[in-house]
Amino acid sequence: MSNQPVPGMTITCTEIVEVVTEYLEGQVDEALRAEVEAHLALCPGCDHYLDQMRETIRLVGRVPVESLSDAARDDLMAAFRTFHTPAT
Amino acid sequence: MSPTGSRGGLSLGSFASPDGGGPSVAPETPVPDETTTEPGGDAPAAVPMPRPWSDPSDDAAAERDAQLLRRLRAGEEAAFAQIVDDWSPMLLRTARTFVSTDASAQEIVQETWLAVVKGLDRFEGRSTLRTWVFRILMNLGRSRGVREARSVPLSSFGPDDNGPTVDPSRFRGADDRHAHNWTPAGAPQPWEPSPEDALLAGEIRGEVGRALETLPARQRLVVSLRDVHGLSSDEVCSALDISAVNQRVLLHRGRAHLRKVLEDYYRGREVTA
Repeated sequence: MSNQPVPGMTITCTEIVEVVTEYLEGQVDEALRAEVEAHLALCPGCDHYLDQMRETIRLVGRVPVESLSDAARDDLMAAFRTFHTPAT
Repeated sequence: MSPTGSRGGLSLGSFASPDGGGPSVAPETPVPDETTTEPGGDAPAAVPMPRPWSDPSDDAAAERDAQLLRRLRAGEEAAFAQIVDDWSPMLLRTARTFVSTDASAQEIVQETWLAVVKGLDRFEGRSTLRTWVFRILMNLGRSRGVREARSVPLSSFGPDDNGPTVDPSRFRGADDRHAHNWTPAGAPQPWEPSPEDALLAGEIRGEVGRALETLPARQRLVVSLRDVHGLSSDEVCSALDISAVNQRVLLHRGRAHLRKVLEDYYRGREVTA
């Protein structure tokens, strides 16, 4: 009984922080997923770490993006009209 | 398999080499064959290549792509305007990897779209339209990077792709009863107030934006395409011609660094509070 590995305790925190992306990507097998989740339930540090990764991803999603200049866009639309005349 | 093991000899794939076999396409006619991006770089034609960018199970997406192509070929200006507006930001981000100024990146993206306009009728639909556009951009970017004699930064990444993403001193040593678990001081603490808090939101946005710019170029590109522009992992792999493992490692390291920057920001607040 006492020799049974405790779920969540066969994986260490050093391993959790490196497997977190695979976990979030759904790229871990069922056994590893269960082990990660058991560990997260036991370990506040890793649980915070995962939350913070999710938060980071969300925040990165709000970084403003650059667009093509209006002049370049106008040129492209003109080129499109030249090459692809709509069928009438 | 140990999740931390065996990443040492990571193959950087063709993305890491400026241009393996010379420019595959002349700058004037930058429309690559859809199935190859490097001359001689792919398997012989007789070997069926997996095509991760066209998931055959996703019929709806394939149908949307086919419909978009029909509208473009019919000369529907609104369809072209829409892809130019939707895709240019991620193309600019990618182009910026090859050149040192925003202006040059704008030129590469503009050249890419011109090549798309001219090559639309030759596109055979063996990849998604967006992947094809990306490949044109990658070819133009590579030759532009070579022409500007800018050492293409994509090859200078090895050291950034190895080693732990969290400072090992935050974990207990091997002789500890709880070896390799967080030390009390090393364990992550909740971020409070939340990054959503109105007082912090602006500052945090700035931190994240600046931190993204300081990532090594390949990490920055993969994190941007995935998390800013919302591409799938499959699409990033085919757009940049990198392996799934390579993509995931770059994403992992980039995200881990950004998390660390935010953590440092919160720790700095505690100190000054």
